[in-house]
Formats: sequence, C-alpha cells, structure tokens
Amino acid sequence: MSEYSELSPAAHRAAQQAEANEAAIDTVWVEAEPLIDRIPRWLAMLGLFLAILAIWYGSTALGLVSPIILPGPYETWRDILFVGSNLVSGDYMLEAFFTTGRTVIYAFLIALSIGFSLGVLVGETKFGERAVMPYLVAIDTMPKIAFAPLFIAWLGFGIQSKVALAAFIATFPIVVSTAAGLYAASESERALFKSMGASRIQTLVALKLPLALPYLFAGLKIAAVGVMAGAITGEFLGGGEGFGALIRVSASQMNTPRVFSLIIYLSFLGLFLYLFIVWVQRTFVFWNKADTPGGVG
Amino acid sequence: MTLQAEMDAPTGPAASTRPVYEIARLGKIYPRNGFEALADVNLTLAEGEFASVIGASGCGKSTLLKIMAGLLPPTSGRVALGGTPVMGPRADIGMMFQQATLLPWKTTIQNIVMPIAIREGRRAAKGAYQQARALLDLVGLSHAADVYPGELSGGMAQRAAICRMLITEPEVLLLDEPFSALDELTRDFMNMELQRICTERNATAFLVTHSIPEAVILSDRIYVMQANPGRIAEIIEIDLPRPRTLDLINTKQFGDIVGHIRGKLDQEYR
Repeated sequence: MSEYSELSPAAHRAAQQAEANEAAIDTVWVEAEPLIDRIPRWLAMLGLFLAILAIWYGSTALGLVSPIILPGPYETWRDILFVGSNLVSGDYMLEAFFTTGRTVIYAFLIALSIGFSLGVLVGETKFGERAVMPYLVAIDTMPKIAFAPLFIAWLGFGIQSKVALAAFIATFPIVVSTAAGLYAASESERALFKSMGASRIQTLVALKLPLALPYLFAGLKIAAVGVMAGAITGEFLGGGEGFGALIRVSASQMNTPRVFSLIIYLSFLGLFLYLFIVWVQRTFVFWNKADTPGGVG
Repeated sequence: MTLQAEMDAPTGPAASTRPVYEIARLGKIYPRNGFEALADVNLTLAEGEFASVIGASGCGKSTLLKIMAGLLPPTSGRVALGGTPVMGPRADIGMMFQQATLLPWKTTIQNIVMPIAIREGRRAAKGAYQQARALLDLVGLSHAADVYPGELSGGMAQRAAICRMLITEPEVLLLDEPFSALDELTRDFMNMELQRICTERNATAFLVTHSIPEAVILSDRIYVMQANPGRIAEIIEIDLPRPRTLDLINTKQFGDIVGHIRGKLDQEYR
C-alpha cells in the first residue's frame, strides 16, 4: 500500500485494480452437453439403424414371430436384391413401377393446377372465400378414399381412375395452403403496393403470390404424400398394373418379403417426389430461411 | 459557404409561398361504425416545408395520412396536391412506412426501382438504375445495391425505403412513423439523415409521429391533433435555426417547446 502513497487517489485506485486483475484466478468453465446431444448425425443414424436391425433379427431368429408375419432381415434383403435386379433388367416390375410413377406424377400435376387455381380463387376473391370455400371444406371432411369405387365406375380399371383418386386426395392441401399464403402480405406491404398504383393483378403477381410460395410448398409436401397414398389405394382397389397391384398379389400369396421390398422401392418414388419439391423450393424461395428444420424440409 | 448563405437567406417556410398540398374542411366518417375520425381539418404544406402531425393513438393522424396518400377517400372537404384533387394513389406522392417493406426476393436496387416497374414496366425500371445508384449514394448505401434485404440492418432497410420513395421524384413525402421501429440511437441518426436529404432536395414532407422530440427537431411546423373527433388542436411554428443538430435537444428553447406540446397532449387525459 505504502509504495503507492505518493500517487493521486485515482491513480492509486487504478494501480490497486491492476494488481487485483493480475492476481485474479481464472474461472473458465465449459458448459456440459449431454452425451445424447453430442452424437454426430452419421453415427446417430447408423446406430439407430443397427439397433432396429438387431431387434428385427433377434425376434425372427429366436422364432418369436412367424416368418409369414415378419420375415427375417436376410430373407428381406435377398428379396430386395431380387426385385432390384428385376427392376434393372426392365422386366414386368419396372413396367409396374413406371405405371405407378406415371400415376403419381399425373395426379400431382393435376392436383397442383386445380388446387392452385382454386386456392387463388378462394384466397384472392370474396366470392371464392364466401361461396367456394364452404363447399371445399365440406368435401374435405369426407373420407376421400371412399370415392374410389365411384372413380372406378366412372373411369374404368385403367390408370385414369387411380390418377383421379390420387389427385382428388392431394388437391385440398394445395387449395388451403395457397389460399392461406395469399393472406400472408402485411398491412404495410398492401399499402405500399396500393400507393404505387399497382393493379390487382400486379399486386397478386408481384407481392401476394411470391409471399404465398412458402405456404404453397408446405402444402405440396403434404400433397406428395397424399398422391402416393391415393395411387396405391387406387391400385389396391381397382387392380391394374401398378406396384399396388403387385403388393396385393404378393400379400395374398403370403409372400411377405416381397411385400416389404416392394414397399421399400415404392418409398423411393415418394422420396424422389418429396426431394424434387424441396429442390424447387430452395431454388425459388431462397429468401425464406424459416422453413428448413433439420436441413430436411 | 454558399450553403450557409442560402440557409441565412429568407427561404424558410414562412417566406416560401407556393402551396404544394392543400387540405380544406376535411372530414372523415367511417361508414361501417359511424366513427368520426376527422372533423374540419385545414392545413397547407408550402414548398420545401417540413410539417409533422403529432397526437395520441386514435386521434386520426393515420387516417389523415391515408387520405393524403389517396389510399382512403374522404367524406367531406377538399384534398389537393399541386392544384389537382387527390382521388387515388399518385406517382407524385412518395410514401414511407413504419416497416421498410422491402421485398425479400428482390435486391436492394430492384426494390428501389419497383415503383417505376409497377407504373411504367420493367424496361423503364432498368433505365432508372443509374438514378437509383445516385440515390443509394445520397443515403450512403451504395455498397448494398446488389444485396438482398435479408442482409440489411433495420436502419439500412429504412434508408433503402427512402430511396424507393424518392425514385419517382415525388412532390410531397408522406412519412408514417418511418423510424419508430428502430432503436433510439439509429433513430436519432436517421432523423438527421432525413433532415439532410430533405434540405438537399428542398423536399416538402409530412411526418406522422408519436415522438415529440422527433417532431420538434425535424419540423418547421407541428400540428397537434386531438381525438373525438380527430381535429387539429394547435399549430406550432418551430423557428429553430437549420441545419439542426442533436445538441439542440439539450437547449432550453427546445425543452420549452417539447414541454408545451406535452402539456397540450396531456390535456386529453385529464
């Protein structure tokens, strides 16, 4: 203390503070993160896959379930390879795959054009909101799969009845999401366009539709799932040459491994459609960063 | 020095004679609920004048601005800009909102030329790029011309909104609480920027605000509004010298004016 006595009080304080700073012991600490949050993605995915595989293998190898109900992983894998080679060689399964794929894509495009048009009508005009929307809600609450026999009666056992059913199921989420998206423009954005003298069409095209895109794509992802379900249901009920028919035949023959492997290849079709939608969304809605949970959506 | 000479010369609002915006006996009754939002509002904006309207929420100041912008029809009275009645949105009216409302899928410069794109088409908008860059220079944002608005801060976005308002070279600027969503420091800075831009362009401006100091530091004239029905309760001329700086806030004269307006606004709550 005495060594600073000739300094001014402020300088004295500063010197004391410097001394204290020098003597201070570090209190650095690391925030603990639980083990389950530290596993990297690849390891987490692989680990979960192996765990499920082990449970699956265990329950079949110990004879807990009959192979007709649940075939073992090995039998399933062998059948996946068989169906895969059939698909690659361009045999009847590829034909069936293309049939279902065509159904899905046609139905999706029809649902997109009808759903989008109705969505704009409902979201942009008072007439649509007042008159069209109540009927759409009424139809939407019906179990749409129950319409399958009607579509078959109207359009026959060909691809048309399946396309109709799948499009019918997938249209409603697109209508609702488009209409909801058209309400997304804020009060000041509308006022801005009004003050710039924008026409109704200009406001729709340059403001409301771009703002509706994130909503539309959310609806399209739901529609992609619906279109798959509709196509397969249609093929179950109406026969034909698609994957749904193959699954039904295999199931009736107790060929459970085949059912599994057909479902797996079918999921590739759904996944392809979904990823295509995500890719288009990333390209067109690059400015909206709020819509990619876990890098999947 | 020439600028100083100009400032000293009698070119203030009192001396300027050409009326730009004229409102006489303006009344607005909302037909839906019969609410009388405005009654007998009279005001005239002279060329180069900066006027503000201040009042509590619900005093009709937003209604007044919407009518002036041609976004809302009046119930009675005359509203005219440059001698022609305002019967809808016009290219010679520039507007700014509380939110910058830049479209996130367009770059800054594309946003700025948007009023031209809407009115005259895409080719005219392309032709206005050079003018847009000059405006970006004016607000100190030339480095952000080709950036998307998502990367702009709140203050930068509002500066881009200023450019978008100025691109059509409007006769009058209508400012609807333009900086009220910004933080205090940015807001003070933006107010000084706004003063500089308005002075440089001899702009006629009309500001709606909640902030008394903001109104006082920017305005030549303040209209204090009261509610039920919305009307102008008092007109206050602010003859503080220009250019004004933030230091002015600490002077007694400034404090007196603020105190006077606050007293007037507080009357309503008694």
